Amino acid sequence: MAAASAGANGSKPKLAVYKFSSCDGCQLQVLNLEEDLLNLVGVVEIAYFLEARRRQLPPPYDIGLVEGSISTPEEEHRIQQVRRDCRYLVTIGACATSGGIQALRNWGQVEEYARYVYARPEYVQTLETATPVASHVFVDFELRGCPVNQHQVLELLSALLVGRKPNISTHSVCIECKREGFPCVLVSQGQPCLGPITQAGCGALCPGCHRPCYGCFGPMEQPNIHALGDWFLERQRVTPGEMKRMLRSFNGYLEPFKQAGDYYERLEQEQSS
Amino acid sequence: MSGSNKSNPPEQPTTRTIRVAALARVEGEGALHLEMRGREVGEVRLDIYEPPRFYEAFLRGRHFQEVPDITARICGICPVAYQMGCCHALEKALGVFDDIDPPLRQLRNLLYCGEWVESHVLHMFLLHLPDFLGFESAISMAEDHGPLVRRALRIKKLGNELVALLGGRSVHPVGVCVGGFYRAPTARAARGLVGEIDACLDEMCEITQFLASQIEFPTLVRDYEFLALCPDDEYPMNLGRIRSNKGLDVDQEEFLDAIEEFQVPHSTALHARIRGRGAYLVGPLARLNLCPDRLHRRAAELLREVCRAIGQPLPWQNNYLSLLARAVETVHALALARDILAAYQTPPRSRVPISPRAGSGGHGTEAPRGICWHHYATCADGTIQSARIVPPTSQNQATIEEDLRQLAAGLVDLLDDQAALRCEHLIRNYDPCISCSVHFLKFTRSWSDPGFRSHPG
Repeated sequence: MAAASAGANGSKPKLAVYKFSSCDGCQLQVLNLEEDLLNLVGVVEIAYFLEARRRQLPPPYDIGLVEGSISTPEEEHRIQQVRRDCRYLVTIGACATSGGIQALRNWGQVEEYARYVYARPEYVQTLETATPVASHVFVDFELRGCPVNQHQVLELLSALLVGRKPNISTHSVCIECKREGFPCVLVSQGQPCLGPITQAGCGALCPGCHRPCYGCFGPMEQPNIHALGDWFLERQRVTPGEMKRMLRSFNGYLEPFKQAGDYYERLEQEQSS
Repeated sequence: MSGSNKSNPPEQPTTRTIRVAALARVEGEGALHLEMRGREVGEVRLDIYEPPRFYEAFLRGRHFQEVPDITARICGICPVAYQMGCCHALEKALGVFDDIDPPLRQLRNLLYCGEWVESHVLHMFLLHLPDFLGFESAISMAEDHGPLVRRALRIKKLGNELVALLGGRSVHPVGVCVGGFYRAPTARAARGLVGEIDACLDEMCEITQFLASQIEFPTLVRDYEFLALCPDDEYPMNLGRIRSNKGLDVDQEEFLDAIEEFQVPHSTALHARIRGRGAYLVGPLARLNLCPDRLHRRAAELLREVCRAIGQPLPWQNNYLSLLARAVETVHALALARDILAAYQTPPRSRVPISPRAGSGGHGTEAPRGICWHHYATCADGTIQSARIVPPTSQNQATIEEDLRQLAAGLVDLLDDQAALRCEHLIRNYDPCISCSVHFLKFTRSWSDPGFRSHPG
C-alpha cells in the first residue's frame, strides 16, 4: 500500500475524523491516546475532527477515519462525499464496520420503533436500516471493536504513514485469552463464550473479568459458528433464542454473525411452532 | 468555520438565513437557529440532528442481564452512567435493590468517580477551556499551554484507569452486571492506584486555583431551577431523592410524575420540563448548589478558596461557572476514590444472585452531565417488556434555549462568526452530550424587519 506519508505538496499528511450514527466512543478512543495524540499532531495535520477542534481545513484529506453507521438519508448522501474527499478511508469500530447496535432495527419495523420512542414519529427522519459504511462506498481498511482499541488506531495510522500493512490480528479472542493465562470460562465455568468465533483485539477483557466474551469485535476470519452454537445448545442448554440474541448484538449485522443469527431465529421459530 | 457566514444585520428589508459552521467540540451533532426580529430575538431553536437509534425499542425482548452492555453504547463518553441507571432500575424491578451489599455500592461509587474524572477533565480542558482562553481547540491551546494540557491529560488518564480497574476498559467497560460486578478487583490492584491519585489530587487543586484566579468568566445570571439527587449522607451520585431549589422533592419512582418529556419538530432529542413550571437545569452546577455540604473535605476546602478567588459565594447562578463546578467535583471524585481504594478489601461476593420475575422499577443516577433516569418493566422470564430512558442533555435542552435567548439579544451587533462562537461557548457550559441527545452545531441567524438597519460592518 502506498504511504500516506506526504501530503500533496510535501506538507504533513491530513487526517480527518468523521462521525455518523454512533455513541462517540471510538472518537473518544482516539482522544484517549493522550500523550500519543499530542505526538501524533507532530506528524499529521488534524484537518477535520469536529469533536476535538473547531478549525476545519478543506479537503482532500490523506486519511479519513469514519465512526458510525449509515442510518439517515443525510448520512447516505454525506458518506459519498466523504469517500471522494479521502485518499484512504478507514472505518473505526463496530457501527461503521457492521452497522452497530442500532442495526437491530434491521430485523424490526422502524416505523413501530419510531412510534414506540417518539410521540411524534413524523418529526424523525431515518432510514429503514442502519448499515455499515462498506455497504455504501469502498473502504480501504476496517478496524473492529465496540469501541476500537486505541493502540490498533495508532498502529493503523503508523502503518499508513510509512506505507506498510497494518499489523492487526484476525485470529480469535481465545488466542489472546490463552496468552493472558486466563482460565477458560467456557471449559472451566461452562459459560457460553463467543471467544472462539470473535476476532481478537480487546485483550480478552471479558474472560479477564470472569465473564464470557460477547463478541464486540465481531466475527474472526472464517469462524465455525455452527459447531460452537450446536455445542452450546446440546451441552449448555442454551436455547436457539438465546443463541440468536448473543449473535445479534454490536456486530449482529456483519456476516457471518448475521447469517448465523438468522439460522438460530429460524430454529427458534420451528421449535415454538 | 465554513466561509459562507458573512451575515450582518440586514440592510435590505428581507429575511435572510445564513448558515454558519457545524458546532465543534461537543459530543454529537446539532444546529442553532436564531430568528431575529430587528434587534429583538424571535425564535431560538436548538436543532438536534443526532440520528435516532431507538434504544428503548430494541431493548424489548432482550434479557435483563444484557441491558448494562447495551445501554452503555448510548454514550461513549459516559457509559458508566447508563450502566448505573439501568442496574439500579432493574434491581428494583427484580426485587433485589435493597440486597446490594455496602462494599458493592462503594465499588459502584468508585467506578462512577472514574467516569466523572475522565468525562469532566475531557470536557473542561479539551472542549471547554479553549473558549475561555480564545483557542479554536485544545490542540492549538497545547502550543501555548503545553504543560497545562499535559497535566490535564494525566488526570484524565487516571480517570480512565479507575474505570478500567473495575471494567477492563474505559469506553464501554465490561465489568458491570445487574446485581454488582462480574469480578471485584484484587486489593493489590486497587492499592496500586492510590499513589497516582494523591499526585493528581494535588495537581487538580492547583490547576483549579489557577483557573479560578486567571480566567475571566462571562456573566449570564438566571434564576434557574436546579435539579439533582439529594442523598442525606453523601454527595449526589448513585442514590437519593430528587430535589430542586424551588421545592420539588420526589422519590425516584415518581420522577415522571414531576417532570414531563415533550417533542419539538426540530430535534430528535425529547425536551423536558417540570410539570406546571417549566425548564430546569441538571448537572454539576445543580449538584454543587444543592449539596455543597456533602462534598469531600478536600473538595470543600477547595470550594471555599475558589469562591474567594472569584468573589462569589454559592449559589452560583451563572452557568459559565460550571467549569469551576466540574473542577471541584473532579477533586471530590478523586478524593472519594482515594478513600474507597485505601480502605478496600476484596468483598465476600462481587454480585448478588437474582431470579427473574415480572416487575418494574425506575431509578436515576448522576451522570457527569446530570440526572440520567431509567425505567424498565420485566417479564417473568427476565426479558425486558418496556424501557424508558431520560438522559441529561435532553433535560437541559429547554434551559439552553432560554439561556441562548438572553445571550442572543446582546449579540445583535456581532458578525455571525463571532455570534456563533459566543453561542457555542454558552452551549458548552452544559457539556452537551449529543449522542445521547444532541451533537453540534450549525448556526443560522435570520433577520426580518423592514425598518431595521445597522451594523458597523
